Amino acid sequence: MKNDYKVCIVDYGLGNVRAFKNIYDKLNINSKIASKKEHFLNATHLILPGVGAFDWALSKLNNSGLREILEILVIKKKLPILGVCVGMQIMASKSEEGILPGLNWIEGKVLKFSNEIILPHMGWNNIKPLINSNLFTEIINPKFYFLHSYYYETNDEKHSISVTNYGNNFISAINKKNIYGTQFHPEKSHENGIKILKNFINI
Amino acid sequence: MLRPRIIPCLLIKDNGLVKTKKFSEPKYVGDPLNAVKIFNELEVDELIVLDIDATIKGFKPNEKLISKLAEECRMPLCYGGGVKTVDQIERLVSLGVEKIAISSEAIKNPKLILEASKKVGSQSVVVVLDIKYEGFMKKPKIKMLNGKETFDQDLFLFIKKIEEYGAGEIIINCIDKDGMKNGYDIKLISKLRDATKLILTLVGGASGYNDIENLVKSVKNVGCSAGSLFVFKGKFDAVLINYLNKHDKEKLDSISFHE
Repeated sequence: MKNDYKVCIVDYGLGNVRAFKNIYDKLNINSKIASKKEHFLNATHLILPGVGAFDWALSKLNNSGLREILEILVIKKKLPILGVCVGMQIMASKSEEGILPGLNWIEGKVLKFSNEIILPHMGWNNIKPLINSNLFTEIINPKFYFLHSYYYETNDEKHSISVTNYGNNFISAINKKNIYGTQFHPEKSHENGIKILKNFINI
Repeated sequence: MLRPRIIPCLLIKDNGLVKTKKFSEPKYVGDPLNAVKIFNELEVDELIVLDIDATIKGFKPNEKLISKLAEECRMPLCYGGGVKTVDQIERLVSLGVEKIAISSEAIKNPKLILEASKKVGSQSVVVVLDIKYEGFMKKPKIKMLNGKETFDQDLFLFIKKIEEYGAGEIIINCIDKDGMKNGYDIKLISKLRDATKLILTLVGGASGYNDIENLVKSVKNVGCSAGSLFVFKGKFDAVLINYLNKHDKEKLDSISFHE
């Protein structure tokens, strides 16, 4: 185990915490499923997973008692964090899917795809990196698994780091300083996903 | 470019994997966790796991097994079997299952679809419809409880209802085709494709690459699922967990269905 790392996978009762843990175990990278404040001691990286609806995810996070520690680690201590799917979407200011205010870590809103297309956007699709982000290092054929009907629109276009085409181009990965998010599921995207999770800890 | 989804469909009975023919003659084909590990290595697009015992025997979803499957899966997992309540659906999502399939209960109580999709989001709510051609007119009928009971509502009307209630996907499971390896029911799925904007996935009848290619080329945005094809090999149905070879997979991947 590389003990200079401690990836804390935020366990707020939502999403594939163990799928992330399994991948980090196989990569020999120290990680911890963190469901209590004290679990975050000496954390170097954070993963915020998520499956489900916007309000449900936010209320789960609010009720978990972990929101405060996360805000300290992300905003004050500037630890790298990777939000995945709804775990990314709740970093927005607000969403068309719900009424609760988002974490507002990367200013923007979550919008629903046009009803003209078949929803959800489900399956393996390409991403097109917009910048040379370290998150995408060594990913040659960038296909990933998507499962969603809403997408993130950042207020500032420099916070979007990749787009994907489904009907139109939408933002499939975001980054502002230490805060990262992917709309796709790296934990469910075989080798490419594993590379993203590995790249993330080198940030 | 969104690629076609090619999905092994695994059946669980007494915690082991089985494969059926026309929903009967379950044949033991191995250990589910082991199969998931092999499917990881084969980099399959998704996985469907259906517990065919649960509803019939009144069992709840086996959370211990499901959470092991979900944590092992390096691709998305859809689980079905014995799911009756929103609570169960929430719990399964929390265990890391991306998609929860409901069948008999969704048919008896479609409001469950509505309540579940409000909580966990439409993208995670899947309705499985088992279809069998019946009667003098050979109409496609929705069956419940592993094909034992008939639900007497028009398939197309019911699909509209499922769509309104906010499901994310419908899996069409053709009973007459199950384990028969005589090709997909392209005619039925084409009609359904025209009737709904929901994601559709078809299972039953796939015998090899040609059937899958035929489905992908004939119908827009339909998931191609198969059981026998991915657990048996050769004419004597020797058990062998397998998937499309890289070349065939890439060929299918290049057939995109642009919106």
